[in-house]
Amino acid sequence: MTTPFYVSPAQAMQDRAEYARKGIARGRSLCVLQYADGIVFVGENPSRALHKFSEIYDRIGFAAAGKYNEYENLRIGGVRYADLRGYTYDRDDVTARGLANVYAQTLGTIFSSAGEKPYEVELVVAEVGTSPEGDQIYRLPHDGSIVDEHGSVAVGGNAEQISSFLDQRHRDGMSLAEALKLAVQALSRDTNGGEREIPAERLEVAVLDRTRPQQRKFRRIVGRQLSRLLDTDSAATAPTDAPSDEEPED
Amino acid sequence: MEANPRSTGRLPAAFLTPGSSSFMDFLSDHSPELLPGKRTLPPVQGAIEAPHGTTIVAASFPGGVVLAGDRRATMGNMIAQRDIEKVFPADEYSAVGIAGTAGLAVEMVKLFQLELEHFEKVEGVQLSLEGKANRLSTMIRGNLGMAMQGLAVVPLFAGYDVDRDKGRIFSYDVTGGRSEEQQGYAATGSGSIFARGSLKKLYREDLTEEQVITAVVQALYDAADDDSATGGPDVARRIYPIVTVITEDGFRRLTDAESSEIARSILERRLAEPDGPRAALL
Repeated sequence: MTTPFYVSPAQAMQDRAEYARKGIARGRSLCVLQYADGIVFVGENPSRALHKFSEIYDRIGFAAAGKYNEYENLRIGGVRYADLRGYTYDRDDVTARGLANVYAQTLGTIFSSAGEKPYEVELVVAEVGTSPEGDQIYRLPHDGSIVDEHGSVAVGGNAEQISSFLDQRHRDGMSLAEALKLAVQALSRDTNGGEREIPAERLEVAVLDRTRPQQRKFRRIVGRQLSRLLDTDSAATAPTDAPSDEEPED
Repeated sequence: MEANPRSTGRLPAAFLTPGSSSFMDFLSDHSPELLPGKRTLPPVQGAIEAPHGTTIVAASFPGGVVLAGDRRATMGNMIAQRDIEKVFPADEYSAVGIAGTAGLAVEMVKLFQLELEHFEKVEGVQLSLEGKANRLSTMIRGNLGMAMQGLAVVPLFAGYDVDRDKGRIFSYDVTGGRSEEQQGYAATGSGSIFARGSLKKLYREDLTEEQVITAVVQALYDAADDDSATGGPDVARRIYPIVTVITEDGFRRLTDAESSEIARSILERRLAEPDGPRAALL
């Protein structure tokens, strides 16, 4: 008969947090930025099928870094939550705040329950408003806390460095092309300060575009449209530029 | 350390169970009372009086399909609503028009729209047009109990098939039986007999989009002419049929100005010829 080792709760939590953080750090980082006409999601993702960003509801988008099966599960849970809520009440009653709360509770309960392994994910829930003041971005770390973010946010392995890079350069009212290029620049920086090239076909880009006439504001930017945005000369980029573009390969 | 999942705002287990991409399947697992088909009516004598929607017509043209409906809802001999809307977008490439019990039909459409959107969000791709049509079939079948008590819903489903590059029309019966209309036009509701007769004489496969819209509005006029439950264009109140067009570019609903212009030009001609355009005898 052996007595189990005593592990202080503080130590147990620390171990679990470290476990989750390590898992998240293995994944590639992504960032979410506000621009003049909405919110843009940019990440490096070699896969065309396994998305990091997706639509939850009319004005709400979802981004996740970490373990695919875990965040995919949360994403589908969120779509179900939003659709059920919109069906029971009204489409306007589905909000990013409500969804972020549910995610926080879910992640928090899983994190602190001894029987479950903590989820190795970090989420971003964003809602585009009718004006930039109405935009909301929430970051949800693995432990169930909620951080209300403004302007730009990065999650994933290299998040801190990317965040500080973005914080210094991001400003309100950027055009889509400007915000996109800033994001790519931030993602291309290595931990040791070097830079590498991320080709357009390895980028996953999506926007919540408030100027979109449809009720559902989420749209992916792929193919020619993406390369056109990346090629735009910064000097020539007027704020009215990209978002009104046609969507040839939607 | 584990908290009670009921007292936290945590997502219930059903939300995180992988598997179905269908919102209806999820509802029947998680909160079946919200599903329309799960309700039972107490036994009642005779038919239940509830507003009924009437005539819906659809016709295809090269490159798309038109779905239109009149604006009247009736309850027995009374006009329950003059400006009801009975044609709805189902998703970007399809639309559904409903005849039958208005309250149930609107709920069915709402659930159908959500079913398609939910699938698209979960899977990342849209259902095929056939898949959408089959899904609607299941929903009508779920309403069979109500239909047998006089609360039937009979929709017409039209969409643009992106794989085959053409507009397609599906019609249904109360039991959920589904058939694709191969001749290019279809109608449902109380005025459908007259509308179909009218389209039979006016419709040709090679009509342009504008011509098909005119033919469809003519058919609704003919239905209103002979069926008391179908409403014609109401010039005094500015209530005109709802006309929707689905093409490669997606769903589009004609603006009030556009549909009033078509309805008025038809009305103008009918002042001289009340029975509308005449077909050749031979």
